[in-house]
Amino acid sequence: MSPRAQVYILAALLTLMGAGLTIYKNVELGFPLLPGEYRTVWTIEAKVGFTADGGPAKAALTLPREQRNMEVLGETFSSSGYGFNIIQEDDEYRAVWAKREASGPQSLFYQLDVHQTPGAALEQPLDMSTKVVKPLLAAREQEAVRQAIYSLVDTARQRSSDTQTFTTELLTALADRRNQDGNMIFGYYKDRSFVDVALLVLAAADVPAHRIRGLYLEDDRRRMSPEDLLEIYDGTRWVVFEPQTGSPGVPKNFFIWQRGGKSLLDVEGGYNSRVTFSVISNDVPARDVAMLSTSQEKEALVDFSIYSLPIEQQSIFKLILLVPVGALVVVLLRVFVGLRTSGTFMPVLLAIAFIETQLLTGLSIFVLILILGLWIRFYLSRLNLLLVARIAAVVVTVVILMGAISVISYKLGIEQALTVTFFPMIILAWTIERMSIVWEEDGPYEVLIQAGGSLLVAVIAWWVMTNRYIEHWTFNFPELLLVLLGVIMIVGNYTGFRLAELARFRQLVR
Amino acid sequence: MHLSYLFRGGLVSPFALNRRGVLGMNARNVNYIARYNDRDKYPIVDDKLNTKRQAKRYRIPVPELIAAFETQPSRRRVMGVIEPLDKFVIKPARGSGGKGILVIVGRDGDDYLKPSGAKVTALDIQRHVSNIHSGLYSLGGKPDRVMIEALVDFDPVFDKYSYEGVPDIRVIVFRGYPVMAMLRCSTHVSDGKANLHQGAVGVGVDLATGKSCHAVQHGVRIDQHPDTEMRFSDLEVPDWKELVRLAASCYEMTGLGYLGCDIVLDRRRGPLLLEANARPGLAIQIANGVGLRTRLEHIEKMDLEQLEKGVDERVAYSMDYFAAEPMG
Repeated sequence: MSPRAQVYILAALLTLMGAGLTIYKNVELGFPLLPGEYRTVWTIEAKVGFTADGGPAKAALTLPREQRNMEVLGETFSSSGYGFNIIQEDDEYRAVWAKREASGPQSLFYQLDVHQTPGAALEQPLDMSTKVVKPLLAAREQEAVRQAIYSLVDTARQRSSDTQTFTTELLTALADRRNQDGNMIFGYYKDRSFVDVALLVLAAADVPAHRIRGLYLEDDRRRMSPEDLLEIYDGTRWVVFEPQTGSPGVPKNFFIWQRGGKSLLDVEGGYNSRVTFSVISNDVPARDVAMLSTSQEKEALVDFSIYSLPIEQQSIFKLILLVPVGALVVVLLRVFVGLRTSGTFMPVLLAIAFIETQLLTGLSIFVLILILGLWIRFYLSRLNLLLVARIAAVVVTVVILMGAISVISYKLGIEQALTVTFFPMIILAWTIERMSIVWEEDGPYEVLIQAGGSLLVAVIAWWVMTNRYIEHWTFNFPELLLVLLGVIMIVGNYTGFRLAELARFRQLVR
Repeated sequence: MHLSYLFRGGLVSPFALNRRGVLGMNARNVNYIARYNDRDKYPIVDDKLNTKRQAKRYRIPVPELIAAFETQPSRRRVMGVIEPLDKFVIKPARGSGGKGILVIVGRDGDDYLKPSGAKVTALDIQRHVSNIHSGLYSLGGKPDRVMIEALVDFDPVFDKYSYEGVPDIRVIVFRGYPVMAMLRCSTHVSDGKANLHQGAVGVGVDLATGKSCHAVQHGVRIDQHPDTEMRFSDLEVPDWKELVRLAASCYEMTGLGYLGCDIVLDRRRGPLLLEANARPGLAIQIANGVGLRTRLEHIEKMDLEQLEKGVDERVAYSMDYFAAEPMG
């Protein structure tokens, strides 16, 4: 295989790999492609309150199940003085707080952060009992209620074609205040909630059903009680209904806490027990959400990446990851434009210094040091020093100049100049040495051209490297470096003309 | 390259350049240097001491080597070498782009004279030797070796075509076939240097005859030397066939497929190989007013039998096939 074909195949492989990893991280792990993306994170707080009897107290709160469209980012329990435990009961998790002696009002808290993701709310199929316990309405005084229930069920059955439409019909009939049968039933079950009654009627109609407890996620809601939904089994799968409107499906924003099962809260050794919820929403940078949601499963891609480093090292890497971008800029300017610079990758180092110092400060400091350094170097060259000693002398001079610039500018109140220390000293010394040789051999004009070219490339590299999209991509998707590598390899195979050559060879065309 | 010269007249279309068979820098690097020049043969041309040694082996005439310093020489040793000399050249063995070459053409008491007439002291020369040795002029600043060469006794035939400097002839040899040649004449503007981008005149030399066919300064076609006002149409390189043969034989000597040979004419010894270059520049196209690529591609199309021909056959073929079109 020819080297050129190898380059293209390798470059294509690298690009595919990099792009694939990037897309995976974006789609599966939720890392945002664009900077400044925010996601809404809901903080739900459940407050368990009861008045303790004075003896041992125990409170058990059912914890939310896993919900496919709600991602739990983190949970915290607060329980001052209580022993705390999470136990599994059937397929539910319950938080259990216990204390040997408690008296007076007690408050226990459970807080969790969730983040909504697209997708279906509930997994199917659900392994839940489809057994129906028919309501017992045998007594004489219950005859009228029984009649009303069956009349309601019959009407709904006539007006529907399957279990789903039947349920909708039944629920709308129940919610209809003008419906005589409905009023009759509610009149009898005065102390029961709408969902309780609906469950009873559904049982009478032989439809397996249970309740779903949960919350509507709305910002800044306090002391909310849980809301109920209904879930019925239509013979093949479970369908959720909003009880008041009878519309199927889990409402948007509904956070499911408990699906079927027993009580939400059990308290022993206390009375007046209740659970209240409060909800607030925060807008959190999308990357942080992605980091939190992947940290639990310890995705290898995230775990073995820069994110596993301490924050301080991460910020260093943020800069290091920009170097390849600068290198690409140099390659592009060389291969496609044909700009001449002093030292191939010296402009990249300059650009990095500019990132720290800001552009204008950096430019003026660089030019100042270069001019002063050249001036001192001309004197040094008359002293007949050996080359290494002379360059070392220039390094020391550069350091002294940096110190002087820092101190003087600080006294003058120009604090930006303190960033002078970010300049790579050895590189500066070599640049001064090279420039002075160019001056001696090719004259000051060539020095201007080369220094100007280097500065131009450095400024362009700086401009690209400080682009917020580039910064975001290099840091959050380091695998894009593979794509960059592929691009550089392809550019390295470019055999067309450079922009400067279009001027250089123009006489050949005429 | 002066920016004003670069952008005067604007840009031309890359397709037009392509049609004219012009070779660009990127194409040169990828298609010719990387493909035909093996890396392990670079040391032969990158180190001028190696070039000289190899040239001796192949009986290619070169300027006489007076001394070479492998290590940092003592003051006495340097003086011991240059004391008896009137004319000599100090060069770094691995210098690039003609950097670090010090030419001494005479003595003035204890001082030495440069071609421009400027005086240089013995101390200056010692410092220059020390600089070369420290790697100031070599690529990447690697320690270098110093060579002291006899100054070539230039053939006076070019005297009127060169101002202050040393005219040399560059021949591009591709797979053993000379493909293009030019003469570089220094001018007042170029400060005695033979670099085209500093203002030296590039004179395209017809491979068939050794006569000038085209001349360019600052990318503009000229008919006469700007300082001496000599017409280039009268210029003819003596011993042309011998010179082309010398260039062609550098292929066997270096083993490099794409090669630039720098040749000077000595009054008594004829053409001498000054140095060989594995990355010859593209200015030769401007000097000749002709693109290189068409010629290179012609040779790439040759069959193996043709490529294995001897030096004389190759020279004959090139001189016939790459003859310049009549000047017009």
